Amino acid sequence: MTGRVLRTVAALVVFAVSVFPVYWMVLTAFKPAKDIQAATPTFLPLSVTFEHFGTAVAARGFWSFWRNSLLVAGGAVLLSLVVALLAAFAVARLRWKGRRGFILMVFVAQMTPWEALLIPVYVIARDTGMLDTLWMLTLVYFMITLPFTIVTLRGFLAAIPVDLEEAALVDGCSRAQAFRRVVFPLLAPGLLATSLFGFITAWNEFAFANVLIIKDQDDRTLPVWLSSFSNTFGTDWGATMAASTLFMLPVLLVFLVLQGRVTTGITGGAVKG
Amino acid sequence: MTATLARPVDDRPRTTPPPRRRRSWWPYLLISPTLVATAYLLLYPLARNVVMSVQEFGLPQLVRGDARFTGLANYAKVLSDPEFWAVVRRTLLFTALNVVLIMLLSTLVALLLVRLGRWLRLLVMSGLVLVWATPVIAATTVFQWLFQSRLGVVNWVLVELGFESYRDYTWFADGPATFAILVVLIVWQSVPFAALSLYAAMVTVPSELYEAARMDGAGAWRVFTRITFPVLRAMFGLITCLEVIWVAKAFVQIWVISQGGPGQATTTLPVYAFQVAQSLQRYDLGAAVSMLMVVLLVLALLAYFRQLYRQEGVS
Repeated sequence: MTGRVLRTVAALVVFAVSVFPVYWMVLTAFKPAKDIQAATPTFLPLSVTFEHFGTAVAARGFWSFWRNSLLVAGGAVLLSLVVALLAAFAVARLRWKGRRGFILMVFVAQMTPWEALLIPVYVIARDTGMLDTLWMLTLVYFMITLPFTIVTLRGFLAAIPVDLEEAALVDGCSRAQAFRRVVFPLLAPGLLATSLFGFITAWNEFAFANVLIIKDQDDRTLPVWLSSFSNTFGTDWGATMAASTLFMLPVLLVFLVLQGRVTTGITGGAVKG
Repeated sequence: MTATLARPVDDRPRTTPPPRRRRSWWPYLLISPTLVATAYLLLYPLARNVVMSVQEFGLPQLVRGDARFTGLANYAKVLSDPEFWAVVRRTLLFTALNVVLIMLLSTLVALLLVRLGRWLRLLVMSGLVLVWATPVIAATTVFQWLFQSRLGVVNWVLVELGFESYRDYTWFADGPATFAILVVLIVWQSVPFAALSLYAAMVTVPSELYEAARMDGAGAWRVFTRITFPVLRAMFGLITCLEVIWVAKAFVQIWVISQGGPGQATTTLPVYAFQVAQSLQRYDLGAAVSMLMVVLLVLALLAYFRQLYRQEGVS
């Protein structure tokens, strides 16, 4: 009996510790300025205001940074999805010389400490006139997301039985038709899950965005903007927390969508397999 | 943190053998975009880094592009600098402290999750997922706010608890305090992934093993050391490796919170490489430092893998 109570208490403590910083962020974003600056903090949303969100949205460049982030993250994900799908298909469905070596290369690429390449990437961007362009950032994010996109897509592809494809081939489909009509619909949840993960990675990336976009401040992305926000706004913690909340929102939504999709993707594959 | 799908052990049924065995150039065509991208965006920068690290490459060379080769002079300079060794020691301490805390807490949370009822488990898991989904930049900004000197809630709580000296305490002006906050931040961010993966692995341990152990009267500690840990050793090893990599190369949190300061109190290797390159405009030295970091990381992981391999071989 005491064990049960102890476990319940432990569970509540773990939950509180994990959630509190996020709760405090959202709560601060909605608190009126006088509550934020009060000597005694309030832990419940007693009075709610939207003025901090107004300040954050009205801040210079907010919409263009939002658009930049969307363009860069979206572009990188689309690119890596196409490139990875080709590679994943080759790895999961075809047998060829050098296949194991290629898989090993992908795994090694996934372990690369990207931060160690900040300087050479900066120099290369500068040499090729790509510094301060969103293109360069897109390319870098594409490469950062590519290895794990290949690995996960390979996993999803491997879960789809070859027999289905073979059957379609027997029925007179071409290889491309078999892929489009049989494999692709089954792969769709996997594609979605993988691309959302890639999107989150690119959406959050800070180090390269901070180094590669220097002169043209309008080309900055949201993470860089957010990191400079508290400086720009002095001590306006309400606006800073509102900006953080807005920044986190898409990722949170993606995670919520993702959980259901991944489960259906995997169980669907299991049922059909 | 890198959002990698938590699927280190591929236990899906293999649908091999792949159907086509005839020689064809198709596979090579399919992987060629990946190869081109990897060559240009990964191998080329890496090679550039190696080359730069054996050149004299400062701002003038960046502008004019007439870098001169200097052999291992940069490495000699870095390795003979006591500051570099201080940074290495700090990085090791930072990594060890974080990884030990992460593994300890994640194991405890995973063990707890296994024992919880459905609703409580769902509650704790959704809390963990929420943390996992919090972007690094947002989390870092929130921690600055939590530890803010005058309005921060941490100082308020400490004062309420009777620690009067924390009134208006400026955490970020003190080296060890900033270091501690960074550890708390990184542990907080890393536990969810590790705990959820360990929990997923623990669920797969056959319950007969536990029943047998309980019949023998084994306590919780013995059950863990005799069954859970040995069965899941590979999983524990893998997650530890991933965390070592992630913590050792952590850059964003440190850069945004303290830029390596105050003084040099939170300057770890990635931050140091960047400082040297960016503020001293010595790209050659920065490149040498980052090469040394990669070598250290590889060495640490190799040593670890070897040990793991030996243990597996003995048992």
